[in-house]
Amino acid sequence: MQVSMTVNGEQVTREIEGRLLLVHFLRDHLRLTGTHWGCDTSNCGTCVVWMDGEPVKSCTVLAAMAGGHEVRTVEGLEQNGELDPVQRGFMECHGLQCGFCTPGMMMTARALLDRNPDPSEGEIREAISGQICRCTGYATIVRSVQWAAAEQAGTRTSVVTAP
Amino acid sequence: MQVPGPFEYERASSVDQAIGLLDRLGPSARLVAGGHSLLPMMKLRLADLEYLIDINDLHGELGYIRVEAAQIRIGAMARHRELLESDALAEAFPIFRDAERVIADPVVRNRGTLGGSLCQADPSEDLSAVCTTLNASCVIRGSAGERVVTMDEFYRGPYETAVGDGEILIEVRLPVRPRGSSAYEKVERRAGDWAVASAGAAVWLDDAGAIADARVGLAAVGPNTTGLPAISEALRGQQPSEAAYEQAGVLASQSCEPVTDTRGSEEYKRHLAKELTKRALRRSVARIAERV
Repeated sequence: MQVSMTVNGEQVTREIEGRLLLVHFLRDHLRLTGTHWGCDTSNCGTCVVWMDGEPVKSCTVLAAMAGGHEVRTVEGLEQNGELDPVQRGFMECHGLQCGFCTPGMMMTARALLDRNPDPSEGEIREAISGQICRCTGYATIVRSVQWAAAEQAGTRTSVVTAP
Repeated sequence: MQVPGPFEYERASSVDQAIGLLDRLGPSARLVAGGHSLLPMMKLRLADLEYLIDINDLHGELGYIRVEAAQIRIGAMARHRELLESDALAEAFPIFRDAERVIADPVVRNRGTLGGSLCQADPSEDLSAVCTTLNASCVIRGSAGERVVTMDEFYRGPYETAVGDGEILIEVRLPVRPRGSSAYEKVERRAGDWAVASAGAAVWLDDAGAIADARVGLAAVGPNTTGLPAISEALRGQQPSEAAYEQAGVLASQSCEPVTDTRGSEEYKRHLAKELTKRALRRSVARIAERV
C-alpha cells in the first residue's frame, strides 16, 4: 500500500506493507535514525515521536496509521540550524550518558514545555514516566528540562549545578 | 524484532463506513483504535487477522464527553488523556481521574481509548472496573441498528465481550444520581504497570446520610470484573462507618478469585482487594461530604 505523511515539515510518500511500524518506517525507509527502537512493547519510550503535536510511541503505531498526519522526530527539533532549548538543556546538564533514551526524552520534554512552560519537578517526572533511562537516574534529565524551561522564559541566571 | 503478521489495512472515516467494512470483510477483520492492546497482541501473534480497520478518524464523531442531567455519555473514541483532563467528568465521577492517573503513562494515554479498553476486556484493565462500578451501559451498533447492554452483559469473560461480528461499541453511558461520589484505588509494582489489584467504589447517600446504594468493582483479581452485588446488598441502609467498610472489604476479599503470579501471591491480592475496597469506599464518602 502507499502511505503519505508529513515528516518534519516535508511531505513523504512510500510504498509499504500494512504491518510496518512507524518506528521502522522512520528509521529504515526515511533513514531518520535519530528515533530509536527499543523495547518494542511501548514500555521504554525511546521511540517517542509526535503525531499531530502529541507524543506517541512509534513502536505501537503503524506507519499506515500515520498516513495523512504530521510527524515530527528528534531530527525536527532543531530549527534553522539552532538547537532547541531542550537539546541545549540536555547538553548543559548532562541529561544523557549512553544516549539511547535521549530522542524520546527530548520529544516528550518539548511537548511538555509547549503545553506547560513552567512545569514543576513532579510534572516533569510525570511527563517522562513512560520512558526509561538506565544511566542517569533521571535526576539530570529533570534538571535538563528545568534548564530548558528557564532558558525559554529568560529566567535562567546560571547553569543549574548538581546538588 | 516484533512485527505483526501480514494483513490488509483499511481505514474508516465514519461509524457507518466502519460497520460497512466489517460486514463486507467478515469475521477476519478487526477494528483498531489506539492500538496499544491490539498491536502488541498482533506482534506476539496472539491476534491473527486478515483485515485491520483503523477507526482513529472516528475521533471526531466518537471523541465526545457529553454531560446531561441524568447521565454522562462518552464516545468510544475518547482517549485516556481526554478522560483524565475532563473537569466535568472528574466533577461527576472522580473515580475516572483517579484511575486515569495510573493507567499506563502519559504518552500511551495520548493514544488509548475508552472503547478500545473495554473491548479488549482484559480482567486487569482499570476502565472496565470503573465502568462496572458506575453501572455503565454500552451502546453497540451494527447494520441492524443499535442495542444497549449493561456492563455485566458487555463483559463476557477475559478478552470476550457482547460486541458481535459486524458491530462496534460507540458509546458508554454513565447514570448520574444525586448525593454520590466515587474513588479508585490501585496498587502497582511500578509507575504505569498493570494493577496487582485495584478497587473502584461508588456511594450514594440518602437524605438521612445513610447509604442509599454502593457499588464496588475490582480489577486484576480474577477472570471477571463484574460488580460485587453482595457488597451493595450489605451496605444499603447502613450509615457510612469503618465497620461498614470493613464488612465490604471482607466480602471483596472473599468474592474475588486471584491467582498467584509474578505480581503477588493469592493471599496478598485478597488482602489488597479488602484494603483497597475499604479505602475506595472511605474516600467516596469523604468526597460526598466535601461537596455538600
